[in-house]
Amino acid sequence: MNRLIPRALMAPAVVTLLLWMIVPLAMTIYFSAVRYDLMQPDQTGFIGLMNYEFFITDPDFGPSVLNTLLLLGSVIVITVVLGVALALLVNEAFPGRGLVRVLLISPFFVMPTANALLWKHMMMNPVYGVLSQVWIFFGMTPVDWLTDLPLLSVIIMVAWQWLPFACLIFITSLQSLDRDQMEAAGMDGANAFQKFWFLTLPHLGRPIAVVIMIEMIFLLSIFAEIFTTTGGGPGNASTNVAFLIYKQALLNFDVGVASAGALFAVVLANIAAVFLIRLVGKNLD
Amino acid sequence: MSFLQLKGVEKRYGDVRVIKGIDLTIEKGEFVVFVGPSGCGKSTLLRMIAGLTEIDGGSVNLDGRDITRLPSSKRDLAMVFQSYALYPHMSVFDNMSFALRLAHVDKAVIQEKVQRAAEILNLTQYLERTPKDLSGGQRQRVAIGRAIVRAPKVFLFDEPLSNLDAALRGQTRVEIATLHRELGATTIYVTHDQVEAMTLADRVVVLRDGAIEQVGSPLELYDRPANQFVAQFIGTPQMNVVDTAALPALRGAVGAANAPDGFIGVRPENVIVKPAGAGALAGQVELVESLGADTLIYANVGGKGPGQGVQIVARQNTRTALHAGDAVGLDIAPASFHLFDRQGQAVAARAQ
Amino acid sequence: MKHLFLVIRTVSAWGLTLLLVFPLIWLLLTAFKTELQAIAVPPQLFFTPTLDNFAEVQVRSDYLLFAKNSIITSVLSTLLGLAIAAPAAYSMAFFRTRWTRDVLMWMLSTKMMPAVGALLPIYVMAQSAGMLDTLTGLTIVFTLSNLPIMVWMLYSGFKDIPPDILEAARMDGASIWGEFVHVIRPLAMGPLASTGLLCLVLSWNEAFWSLNLSSAKAGTLAVLIASYSSPEGLFWAKLSAASLLAIAPIVVVGWFSQKQLVQGLTFGAVK
Repeated sequence: MNRLIPRALMAPAVVTLLLWMIVPLAMTIYFSAVRYDLMQPDQTGFIGLMNYEFFITDPDFGPSVLNTLLLLGSVIVITVVLGVALALLVNEAFPGRGLVRVLLISPFFVMPTANALLWKHMMMNPVYGVLSQVWIFFGMTPVDWLTDLPLLSVIIMVAWQWLPFACLIFITSLQSLDRDQMEAAGMDGANAFQKFWFLTLPHLGRPIAVVIMIEMIFLLSIFAEIFTTTGGGPGNASTNVAFLIYKQALLNFDVGVASAGALFAVVLANIAAVFLIRLVGKNLD
Repeated sequence: MSFLQLKGVEKRYGDVRVIKGIDLTIEKGEFVVFVGPSGCGKSTLLRMIAGLTEIDGGSVNLDGRDITRLPSSKRDLAMVFQSYALYPHMSVFDNMSFALRLAHVDKAVIQEKVQRAAEILNLTQYLERTPKDLSGGQRQRVAIGRAIVRAPKVFLFDEPLSNLDAALRGQTRVEIATLHRELGATTIYVTHDQVEAMTLADRVVVLRDGAIEQVGSPLELYDRPANQFVAQFIGTPQMNVVDTAALPALRGAVGAANAPDGFIGVRPENVIVKPAGAGALAGQVELVESLGADTLIYANVGGKGPGQGVQIVARQNTRTALHAGDAVGLDIAPASFHLFDRQGQAVAARAQ
Repeated sequence: MKHLFLVIRTVSAWGLTLLLVFPLIWLLLTAFKTELQAIAVPPQLFFTPTLDNFAEVQVRSDYLLFAKNSIITSVLSTLLGLAIAAPAAYSMAFFRTRWTRDVLMWMLSTKMMPAVGALLPIYVMAQSAGMLDTLTGLTIVFTLSNLPIMVWMLYSGFKDIPPDILEAARMDGASIWGEFVHVIRPLAMGPLASTGLLCLVLSWNEAFWSLNLSSAKAGTLAVLIASYSSPEGLFWAKLSAASLLAIAPIVVVGWFSQKQLVQGLTFGAVK
């Protein structure tokens, strides 16, 4: 009886997650190896790796991978660098610090679609948007963000949303930084920059790694922003792998190819996940 | 028929026996202290009596009942935990009355019992507070109060003073002793501090590596240790224990010229400091510690060069003018020595 | 000198912060403008506020329906998630076995798979089960999506309950059920609340599945907002009003759940 209780308690969670993980995965693998077009559902047949071939030779594939990497890389760099800077700035007491911290994390709680449209219309609209007004104020011609710099626009939107996340993580981590260590370093003759370089930065090493990995996993699936603003365009200028898969599946109705693409994305994410799991596992006990 | 009886109690983790066949009897009203170094199994043994850790072998009998397989909730024992383990979401009153409420005791009776315990422990004005609003010493009293209110058959204390600062520890030690005198309850008290053992216990159980080294009253253990371990565990500063081979002159000095090969033990208060040249042993002062009422003199004896010789500690209740480096002589008070064989067991001194 | 640093710090912190949240402030202001004021050039900072937009949002796009959907799916998925996650977390925290750690890690890893990987099968399954554009379908997907995080957070919370309090309860005469009722349940309320709060936030903001699996009938606020991406005529003020209504509650809730956020989203890797 004693052994049964724990297992019974865990069963619902384990079973549902198992199903949630295995069923889609199995189906994706299956789909990726067959011909399955939503417009012609009766025409199915095993076609091996043809879907993968198709996906990879799609002229949009190369650019979408590049865009994904650019998106990922830029957002990560921006959020980490600015996140650390902001966290350091807010780390010491100053008037209104509590309020500042609360305000700082707000963008993270805005839903992605609202975030996207907020930027698309109010900020980035080349005629009426705030950014264009600022540009005009400084005597420059406004930029048509979404048409001329689509990927950059998406990067800005996503970075704006995730910066608070990184910032919050670093703020939390900085709070556990040993003050005594800092004072000892000061007595040893270290200046502010040296203290940062030799003490603060190593301490932040782990949270930075965690932020990078978490962002890698979640940013691979950026979808809503692209969906609501650029639609992947113009052309494929702002299509990432996730959006490409969506296009294949729900716009071209080719489930087979889309599944092949999905597996590709899964593999990418797993690589990051392996490292993250190890880091988390160390913390578990 | 003794009140609490342990027979061959054992505990195994895999192949390792951490508690090795303990036999012990405790009388009603006795204050018994389990003492020993870290890892000796004293807390494990206490938890086995409490029912929090399973007993793998042997039996435990309480007041005629075999409680070996009974769950903790039914053993009628109360435990004061090292971390106090107070319920953080309940007030002091609720903490102390919890067990009685579970037993569906009448509310008026609960009120009276808790009030009485609170008075004894000076907790009356804290009854409505929650643990997080209390100091360490106050929390400890609540833990004790929680046990008192139940009037159990045996009180179990698991290193209750180790989280208190030194001053509070001394004070609380006295209070626990007073409490025992007033309530007369059977108590098992676990500690690693031999001062607590010496002052609180009716009988002390010295444990090492899961086995009993010796059981006896504090002074019995002090005057007649059964082995070298007990001899050096009880008493501060530690008993001087010297290998007979390292200092042959010691045999004559203590008056045991025919002592067999092994170890000779002399308590510091039985080492008498004499001017250089006098005394049975010659040595050089290494360190002097003046504690006010006591003075400790650490002397290196019998050495002919650095790293040689043996350190002997002397204790006296008068001040000294000696400094490190001074030559000094040492005498041993007559018939005050202990003999141990090579296995560390005490050996009776042969008639001189 | 120290005073100077303080001034610099204060000014830069406030400056950067205001710069960062400026878009939100602008959103807030625009929601109370008329459409003409919203697109005015140069942008207006001062104006007489109006509540017209909020009314129009409801009339034009049935805001209340989408809001209702958001509320229902968030609340239900949170409750369902807690119902499944709590027993599992309880079991792992209090009845630990040598598999516990591995199971926990595995659960976390399911969250690390990108949603797009499961999009097609889920879409196809939902379609054949007739669950597309239904509240049930969305609720189920939200629950499953957040389940790993909930298990993890509840497990952490339960582990924080000191085990010797449970032993003390045992000594005081509590049965296993008694331990649960008198000690575990009261102390579990905190973790349950904060985990629920986080799940609420995550479900409310969920856009990936909402956009793909729902539209006119079961669409959440995320979907409604997305539909503003290219309507006819002037719509900024209405967009702002709609967005404000959609995001305000969660932003406020988010302020209160900062700590849980750090814990939950980093899987505890950052203390």
